[in-house]
Amino acid sequence: MQASSHIPHDVSYLDYKGKHKGLLAWILSTDHKRIALLYMFSMMTLFLVGVLLGLAMKLELIAPGKTIMGAQDYNAVFTVHGVIMIFMIVVPGLPAVFGNFLLPIMIGAKDVAFPKLNLFSWYVYIAGAILVIISVLFGDGSPDTGWTFYAPYSFKTGTNMLPAIFGAFVLGFSSILTGLNFIVTIHRLRAPGMSWTKMPLFPWTIYGTAWIQLLATPVVGITLVLVSLERIFGIGVFDPALGGDPILYQHLFWIYSHPAVYIMILPAMGAISEVIPTFSQKHIFGYKAIVASTLAIAFVGYFVWGHHMFTSGMSGTAQYTFSILTFLVAIPSAIKVFNWISTMYKGSISLETPFYWAASFIFVFMIGGLSGLVLGALATDVYVHDTAFVVAHFHFIVFGGVGFAFFAAIHYWFPKMFGRMYDTTWANVGWIVFFIGFLALYSPMFYLGLQGMPRRYYDYLEQFHAANILSTLGSWVMTFGLAIVLINLFRSAKSGPIAGANPWNGKTLEWTVPSPPPVENFEEIPVYGEKDGPYEY
Amino acid sequence: MYILATPQASNFVSGVDRAFLLILGICFVFLIGLTLTMIWFIYRYNRKRHPQAVQIKGSNTLEIVWTVIPTILVLVMFYFGWAGWKPMKTAPEDSFEIDVIARMWNFTFEYENGKKTDTLFIPMDRPVKLNLKSLDVIHSVYIPAFRVKEDVVPGNDKFMWFIPEKEGIYELFCTEYCGLQHAYMYNWVKTMPQDEFNKWYTDTTVRAAAPVDSPAAAGKRIMTNIGCFACHTIDGNKLVGPTFKGLYGHEVVLKVGGETKTVVADEEYIIKSILDPNSEIVEGYNKGLMQSYQGQLSDTEIDQIIEYLKTLK
Repeated sequence: MQASSHIPHDVSYLDYKGKHKGLLAWILSTDHKRIALLYMFSMMTLFLVGVLLGLAMKLELIAPGKTIMGAQDYNAVFTVHGVIMIFMIVVPGLPAVFGNFLLPIMIGAKDVAFPKLNLFSWYVYIAGAILVIISVLFGDGSPDTGWTFYAPYSFKTGTNMLPAIFGAFVLGFSSILTGLNFIVTIHRLRAPGMSWTKMPLFPWTIYGTAWIQLLATPVVGITLVLVSLERIFGIGVFDPALGGDPILYQHLFWIYSHPAVYIMILPAMGAISEVIPTFSQKHIFGYKAIVASTLAIAFVGYFVWGHHMFTSGMSGTAQYTFSILTFLVAIPSAIKVFNWISTMYKGSISLETPFYWAASFIFVFMIGGLSGLVLGALATDVYVHDTAFVVAHFHFIVFGGVGFAFFAAIHYWFPKMFGRMYDTTWANVGWIVFFIGFLALYSPMFYLGLQGMPRRYYDYLEQFHAANILSTLGSWVMTFGLAIVLINLFRSAKSGPIAGANPWNGKTLEWTVPSPPPVENFEEIPVYGEKDGPYEY
Repeated sequence: MYILATPQASNFVSGVDRAFLLILGICFVFLIGLTLTMIWFIYRYNRKRHPQAVQIKGSNTLEIVWTVIPTILVLVMFYFGWAGWKPMKTAPEDSFEIDVIARMWNFTFEYENGKKTDTLFIPMDRPVKLNLKSLDVIHSVYIPAFRVKEDVVPGNDKFMWFIPEKEGIYELFCTEYCGLQHAYMYNWVKTMPQDEFNKWYTDTTVRAAAPVDSPAAAGKRIMTNIGCFACHTIDGNKLVGPTFKGLYGHEVVLKVGGETKTVVADEEYIIKSILDPNSEIVEGYNKGLMQSYQGQLSDTEIDQIIEYLKTLK
């Protein structure tokens, strides 16, 4: 920190002119806010690729038989859609963008604990993304295993799997390093007087997530290395022909990939826990209960991976144990919902765009979470496992939950990040179109699953036709809404009206610094007094 | 109770559908109740009507209430899920057993008397046990009308069982993604009353007739049963593998290592293609998709297949 003491405090991080110019001033910057925007723009690009792949899939499924592509292409499209969306968007998404931008400011720090490591993590992320892109564009055909890389298909298929698997492995390191950075930042750099129980809820969820990133990601890293070794050398860990066990692969994969769902959703819950009090102008209801439920989710989330494997051949004892643990992890999520809704009670609610996104988040998250109960119970899971029902469920959680929270967060913190306000009318129009399209796109998949339509089907029987048409139409409406939202934000970042330091009357520390924040955030490190707190209205 | 949009045709239906009814019921009560509450708060405490928020930081009583009630409810849901699933785990001793052989991309059903079919014929009102074997990757047998699903894992022989209770024809899907033709890996289940089933089962005329079939006709029947036509056509169209039309006696371009060579598709070539399919690949196709049929076909059967291929001019 001493070396940078010459940095002026009245220049925003966007205008600051350092050693480098142009693009270099960004890709060589160790400022957590610039790194956050690097992540945001790289993710936005990849996200649009993922969206286009999703649209292609839905168009293919508008009618039985071939519509726009062959089966091999369809299999590659859903694989690459999944790999991009999971490993490059929703897992790193909220921590890398909003965690980076806001965590240091919200706890009253000048930057994260290891700024250079932070920049390095972005490069690792880009390297992983490039590897995956290589696997798609070069070699013997795009990967076609699904994002789960299940053995033994993943080492039997002739497609270009190794770069994709190695890419996911590299992306994991970005996640691990970011997690480590945030844990140290939260432990060491909180403002004087900000005890654990006075830390805002978004940093709390980043904290829970960071531990999962740090502890669970290595498991998938090792697993992916083993799959690669199996492919190259035939080491016989997962290949039944060599005495290996393909079910072992599933265990190892889900030991990471289920907690990964909580990596995605916890920061989303954190963002919602900030938006609702601000727009209700009211203290969050049940602060300690929300913190406890965050930690409970992060902890219990490690022990539920088996519910992905109820039909794959575990012992009966393992099956009902995982079933009951899965039900237990539902409780802290329910507690959060109760507390959010109670925060609105006797509040003074202003209906701004971030609040619309947050309220619709609660709605779609409830659908996602409640449908998870169907998947946690043994008898019902056996019926809907690997059907369109599961696809609907996790899109409600991962896209409904994380996506809606991301848009709530971006509309909430946009004036802080760019110092400008967006057009609220267009923002609201974009929201409602997106929301309607989202429901039309994914709700029919619940019905299809209950009808018995398996997932990852390129073609289907006539009885599944009607619901698929509705779903495809929904995908068009939702993408239209998405376009409105994004165009509005892009235009406003350049030319929107200037926003003040605290346009929403928020009480957390990021609203005490100018918009956009100066390079080192605070001229003087803030001090929390006895009566200060993040939600004292 | 009509919960699921699928027929109800086995002993497991009542337990599974009861769990669905209970869980979906609880889901809807919570979803509608909480959504309406939220909308009411948003309306009632809108800044226009309620300009000054009342600061309430929490309530221990409420936290306890909304922890305990969901805990009880999830335990109830767990119980019903468990109760509907428990009987699936143990098949009765006197079950009628059928072997299910899964490969990319078809199922073959093998009966104790040697019958092999690609439709699952089963008797009603008695336990049927399917022994699940996979020859290549993981597949999954899913019969929605029976509410059962079990993965078919290579190297890990498993089973599933049920008592069919309604006569009819039902779908059987592969639900574990298994590659190119996954979406076409579905078969039909036909349930029959016991006497009708016995008639079908003991009717060996099909088998007895086989030797008097022409070798070519026998070849076609064998190829249908082992699933060749999932990937190879007989009409000149290209699927996963090359077409059989006009193959025999003509030249094919092969890729071996990095080089190409041209050979004539004679008997020797066809035998090698069946038993060791991945050593030489026809140009323009992918390696690793076809599994060897070593040990699954007799020499006579391979000869019959060759006779049939000769007819596809």
